[in-house]
Amino acid sequence: MSNAEIDRQWTTRLRRRVEGKLPPEKVLPDTQPSYVASWIYVFGVATLASLGVVIFTGCVLALRGPQWWHGSQYGHFVNSLHLWSVEIFFFTMVIHLWGKFAMAAWRGGRTLTWMTGVVTFLASIATAFTGYASQSNFDSQWITTQAKDGINATGAGAYFNVLNLGQMLMWHIVLLPIAAVVLTALHVILVRIKGVVPPFEDDVKPAAQKVAVGE
Amino acid sequence: MTKKAFRPDVDAPEWKGGHTPYDIIKEGTIALLVIALLTLIFAVVFGSPDEAAITIKSWSNADPIDFATTALSELNGTSISASYGAPYNHNGASQQIGPLQLAKWVGVRIPINSAQNFVIEPLKALPNEPTLDADLKQYSSASSSTQTGWLNAYAKASADMKFVKGQVVVNTTNAGPVPVMINDLTTMARSGALDQDLLNDNGFYTTDYTKPLLFLADSQYLGNLATEQHLGGDQWGMMNETGNYPGQAWLWLYTFWYQIPPFNQSGNGDALVWAVMMVLSVLLLLVPVIPGLRSIPRKLRIYRLIWREHYRDSGGSS
Repeated sequence: MSNAEIDRQWTTRLRRRVEGKLPPEKVLPDTQPSYVASWIYVFGVATLASLGVVIFTGCVLALRGPQWWHGSQYGHFVNSLHLWSVEIFFFTMVIHLWGKFAMAAWRGGRTLTWMTGVVTFLASIATAFTGYASQSNFDSQWITTQAKDGINATGAGAYFNVLNLGQMLMWHIVLLPIAAVVLTALHVILVRIKGVVPPFEDDVKPAAQKVAVGE
Repeated sequence: MTKKAFRPDVDAPEWKGGHTPYDIIKEGTIALLVIALLTLIFAVVFGSPDEAAITIKSWSNADPIDFATTALSELNGTSISASYGAPYNHNGASQQIGPLQLAKWVGVRIPINSAQNFVIEPLKALPNEPTLDADLKQYSSASSSTQTGWLNAYAKASADMKFVKGQVVVNTTNAGPVPVMINDLTTMARSGALDQDLLNDNGFYTTDYTKPLLFLADSQYLGNLATEQHLGGDQWGMMNETGNYPGQAWLWLYTFWYQIPPFNQSGNGDALVWAVMMVLSVLLLLVPVIPGLRSIPRKLRIYRLIWREHYRDSGGSS
């Protein structure tokens, strides 16, 4: 087999592209730019850690089925862990989001990084909502009967029926978590490829600057 | 070839400064441990709410008059469900955003006939009830105007409805079979049989609670319980949950619109709130490509606080 033939293989081309975009030192860096020195940077990794705890506690809840936590003190405790990990997840994610807004973190060809982050945020809201809708208690009765009017008004209620417990539970534990995790993975990969956005060059007139990294 | 001018809200300068050691694995591990510990502390200290779901049985026993009144509204077509419109039926005007009638265009996909689904069909399922069977036949074979006459007579007299010794009492002689139907449905509900009947469409196994939830939502009872639990629409509604818990605090902006005009006064309030939230979500998504919006961070200068060490060390600029 000739080298040219190997070079044309899809596998070879994909591997080289990945190696070029995301070499090992970018995947697992051991240094970072010196401007990355603020507590705000903690909230990105805290969001990821919270997502890990959310998924783990959700998986433990899934072990014994959707009714377990109503009748078991252990189940109720796991539900409490799941609830608070979700609260911490959103708290850290919202601070991360506004921190990145304050840094204009889309600069330097990072538009897609910003966009995947926003879509992840919206997907997370939908995931949490379906969780509240599938609790099978008074809260879920009230939340779904109120929320149906908003969703019905958009026309989506005809297909996304919040009063259908089975549908909400499936969206909550299968479809939306897959979306949230895939989007998060894309977001993190883009962060690793592009790196953390550098500070604004204050006190330097735009005309005197050179485009080093742009779109 | 000319170089493009540097756009401070789009382009980023290439970093030519120093680097510091960074152990990403250690950072991730510590973050995971800290978040897990915080979660554990909050769960132990605060727990989580789990107010038991109400049932048609518990509702009709706690407030039989409200149940009977709601059942009447299902039968005479005045309940919220009966006059909802799409996606449940064609009996009401769907909400719209200007000329956009999205729900109406999608159509009726979850058919609900309140009189049939919530009153007549459950009553027909009751076995060995010859008097009721005869009343149901009389009701079904009557003309529409006769049915309306009976229902209006019952509705007028039901202002003085009483519940005495397990029976719904309404003083009227012009309501045909309606008093028996409402009373028997109330008895059926109080026994728990109606809960199950409303779920039986798909056979033995089911996970679809559309019908019982719509029926419950038509009552005063559910709304009163929710208001007691500070869950009313004017109490920041569904972003809260029972007890003193943060609930879905991230829905604050969505819920906020429901508190102010014109959203809380318009018949199209839900559609308008969703339209606003969709526009805001798209704006958030597209901030990087919208001139003016993408300049806000640079003008706010909060980044000076975030990168204060960098600016201090570099004497004001990168």
